[in-house]
Amino acid sequence: MSIPIILFLVCALVAVAGAVVLILAREPIHSALALVVVMMALAVLYLLLGAPFIAAVQIIVYAGAIMVLFVFVIMLLNAGVEERTDFSKLAKFAGVPLGFFLLLEIAHWLAHSPIGAAIANGAGSSAGESSTTELSEMLFRQYLFPFEATSILILIAILGALVLARKEE
Amino acid sequence: MNPFVGDQLANLHRLAPEVVLSVFGILVMIADPFVGAARKRVLGWVAFAGAVLALASVHIANHFPGPAYSDLIRVDSFSMFAHVIILVAVALAILGSLDYLDQQHIQRGEYYALVLFAAAGMGILAGANELVTAFVGLEMSSIASYVLVGFRRRSPASNEASLKYFLLGSFATAFFLYGVAMIYGATGTTRIDAVQAALEKIITADQHEPALAVLSLALIFVGLGFKVVVAPFQVYAPDVYEGAPTPVTALLASAPKAATFALMIRIFYVAFSPLTGLWFWLICVVAVLTMLVGNLAALVQTNVKRMLAYSSIAHAGYILVAFAASTSLGVAAVLFYLAAYIFMKVGAFLIVTHLGQQDEKRVSIQDYSGLASKQPVVAACFSLFLLSLLGLPATGGFLGKFFAFQSALIVQRRSLTLLVVIAAINSVIGAYYYLRVIITMYFQAPSRDYTPSRVAPAVAIALAIAAAGTLYLGILPSRVLDLAQAAADSLFSH
Repeated sequence: MSIPIILFLVCALVAVAGAVVLILAREPIHSALALVVVMMALAVLYLLLGAPFIAAVQIIVYAGAIMVLFVFVIMLLNAGVEERTDFSKLAKFAGVPLGFFLLLEIAHWLAHSPIGAAIANGAGSSAGESSTTELSEMLFRQYLFPFEATSILILIAILGALVLARKEE
Repeated sequence: MNPFVGDQLANLHRLAPEVVLSVFGILVMIADPFVGAARKRVLGWVAFAGAVLALASVHIANHFPGPAYSDLIRVDSFSMFAHVIILVAVALAILGSLDYLDQQHIQRGEYYALVLFAAAGMGILAGANELVTAFVGLEMSSIASYVLVGFRRRSPASNEASLKYFLLGSFATAFFLYGVAMIYGATGTTRIDAVQAALEKIITADQHEPALAVLSLALIFVGLGFKVVVAPFQVYAPDVYEGAPTPVTALLASAPKAATFALMIRIFYVAFSPLTGLWFWLICVVAVLTMLVGNLAALVQTNVKRMLAYSSIAHAGYILVAFAASTSLGVAAVLFYLAAYIFMKVGAFLIVTHLGQQDEKRVSIQDYSGLASKQPVVAACFSLFLLSLLGLPATGGFLGKFFAFQSALIVQRRSLTLLVVIAAINSVIGAYYYLRVIITMYFQAPSRDYTPSRVAPAVAIALAIAAAGTLYLGILPSRVLDLAQAAADSLFSH
């Protein structure tokens, strides 16, 4: 086995394990820390895919900024141990098995599909320095419109936070 | 002129309604701190002006048909028709909000800004020719709705509705995004027309549908089905519609539904057209489920808002009947249905808004008893909207259903004929709960402890427009029907 494949297997396993811990942990702070692990593992996967810029942004934005916010919120709310509620019967006997079935099915088809022949000879081929240039070309030329529309989306989020958090007079 | 600048200017013209809505939204935000607490109503009128101007600017966009921003947005008759429906619903909802917010003591500028931004997002949904762009539009309209639903902050029901809608809505959008990722995996593109071409190529080469595309179809349907409220994703809707401030319910039940149906048509009829054989059955089964769940549950409701919520689920089912026809006539029928639907639905919810009073205490059907003797015009308007929802001739609702069923029958497929029969049976079931309200209003003794307030001028204007629209579409449908047909044809002509 070559080194990239070993690296991929390790990081993929860490990411999945982190995600499972994130859901199952009872202390919110443990969940938050598990999320850091997931984000870091994903960043390495991006690196392996030849997208160093995305990997760096992943670490700076998610593992850095957003995680700090999460931890602060948990601290400020002084959140205790999470309460457990029982599954409903329907969820237990129909939902969980069906969910697993869907997961297996998606995994099966992903493994057996020629994932975008177009991707293989298109976007994914470039690596190294050019990928940042390419990304900016995509973001500021081809996808300029959704990029700009996102600014309105963020404005909506700010406005919404303001409405919901403001003190009632 | 520099060709690049000229190109960008043309692009801006193509997005005129969204630009106008966003500019007015920002204007409301900036003006908000400078307007005294007692005069916040002015901001509502500014927002109304924004919605009306956006409606007028559809005319500008219409002069620049074609792709905008590297074909991420399409300006065609289809998108313009959907824009008009959305903007009319938004304008009516704003008119209905003015006095309601005063009455509940929650008159704030942010409300109107959020409504305008949500409308801009719905406009993007209607015109999107690319799935990531559509996703941004979907999020704009959804996140603004989550906040608007929780706008009555002192009411626990409103808070609960907002949280429920937020959590489940985020799940639904995640499904949509997952579906987009899958279709990118299968075809290497997210542009709707390019997906169609790629799928056709793969299917002719392999002689079977690519599994990832089928998976994507299912996931995208979950995401969008949640937003247009079809069974089995309808569980949240009655609670959210009941807890939300009533003018917001009027908005939620109309404009986002129209916008999401427009996107759904574009995705299913264009991108997934090589898979029509598959999604036909999906739509048929879901249509039957949706109609049955909506109508049967509406029978037992005592709260008017919940009853109308279930009725809007049932109507999504009727729309799916035309959707299943998978012809250009079916698309035209869906568009006409949506046009008729927003007038009657917004109208009905605005009546509920008007009668609700402080803290929305008066929302049970019993509160409406004897309304005809207290406020005959309001009772007559409400009856008109209910009869239109029921599908009585000479109303928009009747012709909407008529064209929907006709478009399905004309295909002459046994399954579609059966679907229309089930839909017709459902319309009869629906008659019970609509007529019950009318009987309560006209034939029961008025309750003594309740005197409805006077109809405010803004609400009166909105109701007049909604009633006129309902009657116009019911009596003189040909012009709108021609426009709907032209819109449907423009979808297939690329």
